[in-house]
Amino acid sequence: MEIKKTSLYQLHQDCNAKFVEFAGYQMPIQYSEGIVEEHKFTRNHSGIFDVSHMGQLFIYGGEELIQDLEKIFPLDLKNLKLNHSKYSFLMDKDAGIQDDLIITKIDEGFLIILNAACKDNDFKILKELLKEKYKMVLDESRSLIAIQGPKSSQILNDVVDGVKDLNFMSGNWFLFDNQKVYITRSGYTGEDGFEISILNNFADKLTRELIDKGSKLVGLGARDTLRLEAGLCLYGHDLDKDKTPVEANLNWAISKERISKGDFIGSDIIIKQLNNGVTKIRVGIKPEGRIIAREKTKIFNQSDVHIGEITSGTFGPSVNGPVAMGYVENEFSKKNTKVFLEVRGKKYAANICSLPFYKKSYVKGVN
Amino acid sequence: MSEVKYSKEHEWIKLEGDVATIGITKHATEMLGDIVFAELPEKGSNVEKDGTAGVVESTKAASDVYTPVSGEVVDTNQEIVDDPSKINQDPENSAWFFKLKIKDKSEMDSLMNKDDYDKFAKENNT
Repeated sequence: MEIKKTSLYQLHQDCNAKFVEFAGYQMPIQYSEGIVEEHKFTRNHSGIFDVSHMGQLFIYGGEELIQDLEKIFPLDLKNLKLNHSKYSFLMDKDAGIQDDLIITKIDEGFLIILNAACKDNDFKILKELLKEKYKMVLDESRSLIAIQGPKSSQILNDVVDGVKDLNFMSGNWFLFDNQKVYITRSGYTGEDGFEISILNNFADKLTRELIDKGSKLVGLGARDTLRLEAGLCLYGHDLDKDKTPVEANLNWAISKERISKGDFIGSDIIIKQLNNGVTKIRVGIKPEGRIIAREKTKIFNQSDVHIGEITSGTFGPSVNGPVAMGYVENEFSKKNTKVFLEVRGKKYAANICSLPFYKKSYVKGVN
Repeated sequence: MSEVKYSKEHEWIKLEGDVATIGITKHATEMLGDIVFAELPEKGSNVEKDGTAGVVESTKAASDVYTPVSGEVVDTNQEIVDDPSKINQDPENSAWFFKLKIKDKSEMDSLMNKDDYDKFAKENNT
């Protein structure tokens, strides 16, 4: 299969990107300044991320669509206000996570942002579940640009007037170069920021203007260190079909009202796990020294019994030390529990810790 | 009189008397990206030519550090363990990794000189 390029490919090249293949796309892993600088620049100023490889699924419909989607997602969609967004997941009947996503109520229906590696399969699953009753477009004509970090609101507002008045997890249509762009105040770095859905032909121009205003392109490498410091999950690593939202410690994203009804896919298992507990659960893990415990690192308890595995681990530039997430047996999931990580044949001490590693600074209640 | 030689695994080695100082090349650091962790061999241990003698990790991945010659580890550079970013800043000088009392100077013969290494690095830019 031919490797795809996003509409910012030329710009990435102009900015000396190093590319990697990711989910069938040629994507920038980093630029000339490197992951640590890009990470810190995002935390302190403003970073731009090309996330055009992600799926932008538009589903058109009204009341009936809301009812049908509530059979799929554990969300109170009836009460989701126009232009408001929720984090959710697509589960199978055993509550295994097939993808995690952001769903936004728009005028004509819903916009769902899907992971690049999952989007085609998600589309198939949703089409089947919705019995082809609704028009569904996995829109390849639009790019998705994220701008993240404390200076992003001012920078983006200079280019697209009015965005600074958006609240966290809400969006609206704005104009850029007389084109309609859909912008939400959201992101995946633990910083205040925005995601901009824009026609491919205008993505390059918008991004260059944001760079002119002082933002910088940031690659997938720093996106990973930023999201991990923020305690956010990466699908295919921290989440997959063998893990449920309860095991993933994402109960906050499941609507209590919907649990009481229990009429969505996977609800039997979710309710059972909420009532009876789970055997394994996602936790934050902080190694004591500088050792980096990466994905698949085995976790042991103090009696040298294997109790779990790391699902994401790296060096956190803002924490200035190693950070990790993983799944451990429930009885070892309490904060400050001492565990041992096996790296290159040796065991290193670490502690279970609460997430995030780095405190979020989302903007709530602008208005 | 000392000469710096280079290995295909992107280490440099500088021999003074029978003590060799070993580190990783600038080219290696550019390929690795930001180095955030370094592990060195233990002082007093013996390492074998082309064997593992340490680890460096970038934000992205871990890579072994090999020794291009055999010998006894007589010194290690604690400074790069405490602040691995020094490896990116000055890889071929102050950010050396370890010093070996070498066993067999003839092991140096198969290594590359600077011109050959530069050419090799250019051709193997991955």
